[in-house]
Amino acid sequence: MALVTPDNHGLRLWTRYSVLVLVAVIFIFPLLFMAMSSLKPDQQLLSDTNSLRAFLPVGDISMQNYTDAFERAPIGVFVVNSVLITGATVLFTLFVCSLAAFSFVFLEWSGRGLIFSILLATLIIPYESIFIPLLLMVSQLPWIGTGGLEWGWLNTYRVQIIPFIADGLSIFLFVQYFKDLPRELIEASRVEGASWWTIYRRVVMPLSGPVIATAAILKFLFMYNQYLWPLMVVQAEEIRPVMVGLGYFTDQLNVPWGEVMAYLTVITIPVLAFYLSLQRVFIASVASTGVKG
Amino acid sequence: MRYGPILAAAMLGGMASAAAAQTELSLWYHGAGSANAEEALVNQLVEEFNASQSDYTVVIETFPQGAYNDAVGAAALAGKLPDILDVDGPVMPNWAWAGYMQPLGIDEAKLDGFLPGPIGRWNGEVYSVGLWDAAVAMTTRRSTLEDNGIRVPTLDAPWSLEEFNGALATLKASGKFEYPLDLGMAWTGEWYPYAFSPLLQSFGGDIVDRSTYQTAEGVLNGDEAIAFGEWWQSLFEMGYAPGTSQDAADRDTGLLNGKYAIAWNGNWAALPVVEAFGDDALFLPAPDFGNGSTIGAASWQFGVSGTSEHPDGARAFIEFALQDRWFTAFSDGTGLIPVTAAAAADTQNYKPGGALEVFYGLSEAQALVRPVTPGYLVQAKVFEKALADIANGADVADTLDAAVDEINEDIEANNGYGH
Repeated sequence: MALVTPDNHGLRLWTRYSVLVLVAVIFIFPLLFMAMSSLKPDQQLLSDTNSLRAFLPVGDISMQNYTDAFERAPIGVFVVNSVLITGATVLFTLFVCSLAAFSFVFLEWSGRGLIFSILLATLIIPYESIFIPLLLMVSQLPWIGTGGLEWGWLNTYRVQIIPFIADGLSIFLFVQYFKDLPRELIEASRVEGASWWTIYRRVVMPLSGPVIATAAILKFLFMYNQYLWPLMVVQAEEIRPVMVGLGYFTDQLNVPWGEVMAYLTVITIPVLAFYLSLQRVFIASVASTGVKG
Repeated sequence: MRYGPILAAAMLGGMASAAAAQTELSLWYHGAGSANAEEALVNQLVEEFNASQSDYTVVIETFPQGAYNDAVGAAALAGKLPDILDVDGPVMPNWAWAGYMQPLGIDEAKLDGFLPGPIGRWNGEVYSVGLWDAAVAMTTRRSTLEDNGIRVPTLDAPWSLEEFNGALATLKASGKFEYPLDLGMAWTGEWYPYAFSPLLQSFGGDIVDRSTYQTAEGVLNGDEAIAFGEWWQSLFEMGYAPGTSQDAADRDTGLLNGKYAIAWNGNWAALPVVEAFGDDALFLPAPDFGNGSTIGAASWQFGVSGTSEHPDGARAFIEFALQDRWFTAFSDGTGLIPVTAAAAADTQNYKPGGALEVFYGLSEAQALVRPVTPGYLVQAKVFEKALADIANGADVADTLDAAVDEINEDIEANNGYGH
């Protein structure tokens, strides 16, 4: 058995931190490049890509790209739309999927094993492959709105939210987490006369912070990055989300890269804020469930 | 007095019913976020049409250009197309074939005097009309040519292949330029078929056989096409032109700052050249490589969707737009080429003696629309890849053969695209 001396302990620490710093640099450089590039005129931005200057606030620095980007596209509207759509979907997903998982883990009903297997099988189907039939379906669905019964969900907020509320991955995450909760807690609650709803609300969910954070972050990222679906179902600018808005910065020949970087910097802020606010519980959840995100 | 409220209610009711009688027409436009004045002018056009009559109200939805075609495809699938569509000229045959569009049905006398590019024809019928066109030219400085003893070509006597190659060799040997020719390889997508297929056509080849539109065999891989491919590859091998790794910023400013001697570029990039070089700026016709001198044509156009329930209203809007004053306004606002000579005469840039007058002449004399076939969407991408591969050193004959196979397979898979 090797002895841990002060010398090799220091070496291990040094190696460990070197690796961590290297990984951190690899992850942070794209963000740094984006933020720094958003401050530079196009010509300088492109010429700086050949050197480390690309990651530094040097040369002709200004906020002009931000001014131009805000003039080119209604960025505020897009960000509000995305936050609204994403936020609503995340909230409904957490509620619906946790209830479904609760049913799979704690309630006894015939066929739940089979249905759970089918649900898991849906994880291997890419969303993009069902978009065409989904489009045809939502374009014919009824809705009761302010003007009474109407047909078709296209060009609405709901068509960007409802189809994504229930998903196999979130249910799977909740199921895995719920299985590890002490059974004694549930049984004791039942003995005390608590209803299933009370157990879900008062016992299970308060103990599920890490999985709620994990499911919320994964769903947030998926929804916030949605491009193809809103492109297909939304025509009105006032309900368009941020990723489709990126198209405002390209035409047939030219791409104003500085403005693109400014736009990306602005729309990245909500994602970073959301992640940082849940970072601690997310890491705890990853450590406990082995989710690789 | 007591009849006052009743009278007012009756008047309001009358106004409401008049407003309700107006049929709403939806118009989809591709240019959301465009930096120039085009979007504002389209909005102005809509406002003036709405104010000019009481039967229809056009409501515009704008899309970012990169997402527009996909949005139209999805809407067609869902049966939710608008009444009026904005369509890129070479894309129109595909949309017409797929049923996204219907024949325009306007009096073709209204199109007399138009440049050829802005009229979108498919299967013998007009499906779309544009309010502007674009053109490309060999852009350079008179002093550059004269200092190097190079003849200034004209529309009647463009450069021949030998002359053009000689000019490039001379400019390269002068040592004054990093590259004698800028083809715009930093740009991708539609630029390739728009700007480079005319060069292939001048050699005698084409993207697809236009007599039947059923094959690319013999035209994209025949002797003429191979000769073009070898010449094309030589431009990069001999250091005459920057290749696919060209810096986009150099594309924008390389000619202006003296990095390049000649740039193959469009009228949309011409004003900065005039501002920088004044009378020294030259916009020259495409060289004639043996089979005539041609340039690309057809830009964005308006048409009526295949599912519109109000084609009369959509047609009325498009006819309203087909006025010289609009052609002039769009040209002045965007710098693009007006579609009639009368409109050109009233523009700032294309009037006789205007800074860009030469481009109208180029469009009039040399314009050739890209292959008028629904298969063009695939063919354009195949052509782009083939040219990029050849520029990067791929075997010319093999690459063109592979491109022909890909195009032919697509035509076959689509049962000939209705030709």
